[in-house]
Amino acid sequence: MTDTHVAAPAKTAAPPPDAPRNQALAKAALLLLRGRTLVVLVLLIVIFSAISGEYLTQSNLILMTKHVAINAILAIGVTFVILTGGIDLSVGSIAGLASMVSGGLLFKGLNFPGGTVFFSVAVVILIGIVVGALVGAVNGVLITRFKVAPFIATLGMLYVARGLAQLHSNGGTYPDLAGTDARGNTGFHFIGVDSLLGIPVAVWIMVLVAVAAIVVTTKTPFGRRIFAVGGNERAAVLSGIRVNRVKIAVYVISGACAALAGLLLTSELGAAYPDTATTYELNAIAAAVLGGTALAGGRGTIIGTVMGAFVIGFLSDGLVLVGVSTFWQSVVKGAVIVFAVITEQAQQRLQSGLTKRTA
Amino acid sequence: MTGVLEAIDISKNYGGVRALKDVTFTAHQGKVNVLVGENGAGKSTLMKILSGSEQPTSGEIRLDGEPVVLGSPRAAQALGIGIIHQELSLFPNLSIAENMFAGRELRRGGLFVDTAEQRRRAVEVLARLGQGHLSLDTAVGDFPIGQQQLVEIGRALLEDVRVLIMDEPTSALSNHEVDVLFGVMADLRAQDVTVIYISHKLDEFRRIGDWVTVFRDGSLVAHESMDKTDTGWIVRQMVGRDPDSLYVRNSSPVGDLLLEVRELTAPGFHDVSLSVRAGEVVGIYGLMGAGRTELMECLMGMRKAEAGSVAVRGKPETRGTVQARMAAGLALVPEDRQRDGLVQTMSVRDNILLATVARFTRAGLLSGGAEQRTADAKVRELAIKSPGLAAAVTSLSGGNQQKVVLARALLTEPVVLLLDEPTRGIDVGAKSQIAALMADLAAQGFGVLFISSELAEVMAMADRVLVMARGRITAEFTAQNVTEEALVTASASESVLEGQQ
Repeated sequence: MTDTHVAAPAKTAAPPPDAPRNQALAKAALLLLRGRTLVVLVLLIVIFSAISGEYLTQSNLILMTKHVAINAILAIGVTFVILTGGIDLSVGSIAGLASMVSGGLLFKGLNFPGGTVFFSVAVVILIGIVVGALVGAVNGVLITRFKVAPFIATLGMLYVARGLAQLHSNGGTYPDLAGTDARGNTGFHFIGVDSLLGIPVAVWIMVLVAVAAIVVTTKTPFGRRIFAVGGNERAAVLSGIRVNRVKIAVYVISGACAALAGLLLTSELGAAYPDTATTYELNAIAAAVLGGTALAGGRGTIIGTVMGAFVIGFLSDGLVLVGVSTFWQSVVKGAVIVFAVITEQAQQRLQSGLTKRTA
Repeated sequence: MTGVLEAIDISKNYGGVRALKDVTFTAHQGKVNVLVGENGAGKSTLMKILSGSEQPTSGEIRLDGEPVVLGSPRAAQALGIGIIHQELSLFPNLSIAENMFAGRELRRGGLFVDTAEQRRRAVEVLARLGQGHLSLDTAVGDFPIGQQQLVEIGRALLEDVRVLIMDEPTSALSNHEVDVLFGVMADLRAQDVTVIYISHKLDEFRRIGDWVTVFRDGSLVAHESMDKTDTGWIVRQMVGRDPDSLYVRNSSPVGDLLLEVRELTAPGFHDVSLSVRAGEVVGIYGLMGAGRTELMECLMGMRKAEAGSVAVRGKPETRGTVQARMAAGLALVPEDRQRDGLVQTMSVRDNILLATVARFTRAGLLSGGAEQRTADAKVRELAIKSPGLAAAVTSLSGGNQQKVVLARALLTEPVVLLLDEPTRGIDVGAKSQIAALMADLAAQGFGVLFISSELAEVMAMADRVLVMARGRITAEFTAQNVTEEALVTASASESVLEGQQ
């Protein structure tokens, strides 16, 4: 209602005499707003490196990027879901469950009545990711077949998956995931601790996941369908898109990404404990929103989400580095997220204003 | 006889569109004043102005000869002008009494809602409408539509109205409910209340109306005492002369049977049988709520059929999913573009290619070049005016948005095109372009099945016209034997066409 009231005078008003200059300004402002996540990131780096000499060092940048990697992978998965107009609150718990399942396989193996089997690290990682994907599939089926609202279905899964993670070890921690040569399951530290060409493996994995996600969202029919389902589900149905399949698929992707992030975290810590990645779902959603993904669905980019994850990570670590208390960190992070949404709306308004004028 | 409510030289512009052109209208006191006209003729716009929810661009309103300003619905109500809207404006989650007194709750001690008094008065009004038995504790949304409509009417009757405007109040009522409503209208008339009554149902309003006023294209074209008119005269005034100039008639020879529907039943319609041949344009005429959209959605697999069969090109299609119907050769251009047609967040190109996007891949990846060429070809073929393929689809005009949805449907390579109100809400020029496209498609050997609520359109474009009323097909005409009067009569008919069970 208010929108039409605001738009009405703009339509009838004659363009002011200095319209071309105004329009150039508006276009510049629009460009700035579109790239705002990048602008904020650059600003953060400039400000923090002015305050602290340690911020802009190679080692600190690599360390911060490694922190970013885990949240970015979670956020990329969640972005798929949000693009369809859904939400996934269970990713933190899925990460925890995958961590416990894989940690358990490394630490104590799989117990049969006849003995115990140990799998190689690659197989263990694969099993962890499959567990995440299956939990995501359950989310998807609840939402499509049983018509449970995504918020409720994944809120339920947030509790269920966390509970399963705790049940797995009766609340305990699997302290040693190094494996032994005899069991053929050494090397789990590779993904979370080691580096390749001076860059942490976790960062390489983030890059791979991001590139794959960009290709899927922008270069495949499936990606196009994700945007269509989020943009207008009824139109998608009428265009012959199997909306339920698309929805289940995005929750599977989200679950798999969450599991992968959980495994990276576990590898980094060298131990699996049931509270791994608690509340990480909120960071992931925040990164997606910061990167310009519309919670209503249909609008957003993977690259934006990755940038959003960088802003959150570089902001947190910067605040720690310059000695701001964790309490203030929370306040600042929250304010930045809300501010991001306000600028998003400003961009939408400016953009539609510009198209009207040029049309 | 004095006119109690007068509109003098009222004009209303929406942007560049003139919805009302210098209309001078008199509602006679203590009479039932019937307004008729096709969709978009300007009746509802005038009623919105007379009830204060829209302001005229120019002109004057007089009540008892005195100029008045109706700045808001509240201001109109204060002067004794009440309105019952066509679309229900009830709160489905609230009870009857809560709905009737919403926004003007009776108070006790200035603070608390006087529930008991509200309920007492609600029961009183309901009894007047013959609905004294309705439960006061049930949420209004749980009642059937007809009873909801009566609750809405009851709300207007609670106030002391001098003028009561009713915008198609009977569209959802059963015969018995209509009789009750007409009784209430006769009562109001006896109490010297001025009733303004918009209706499409000629057989109904001739029973109750004293005066009839006909609107066409934003102008008042006739105002006459009801007993000096007959149905034929009213229809002629509504349609005007020479609708054929606007539309292109299909003249291609009729070929093979493409679509055959047998005794199809789903919520909203029963036992519908019809057929469409190659090169044939078949129209479905009917009133709102006759079940036409439900039929189209069922044909397209968006609604599950309860009984009956659908065969395309002689092959029964039994799966009944959108994908299966699309593969069989059906494509639907929906009635509500914004709700069912467009993905507003996507570009013109992505909207055009949405249903067929999987075709434009190389090794699983979309090939931008093939997409661009295909979309560009369709834009040229259908003469879609757009700032560019990458432009937001929302930046296009209504007619061009409609062509985008049509382009998407055509790309699925259908044999029968289903068009639900293809010209609704688009301007006259675009209407005639869409009509030309439909004739052209028939000439290329497509079968075309379209819904229309406009007499002139359906008569000028269709080779055969089916009429639907209350979920059934009540009549069938050919282009040679169709008349306006027959269509209007059949659209309000209770009888079912023979051979349709």
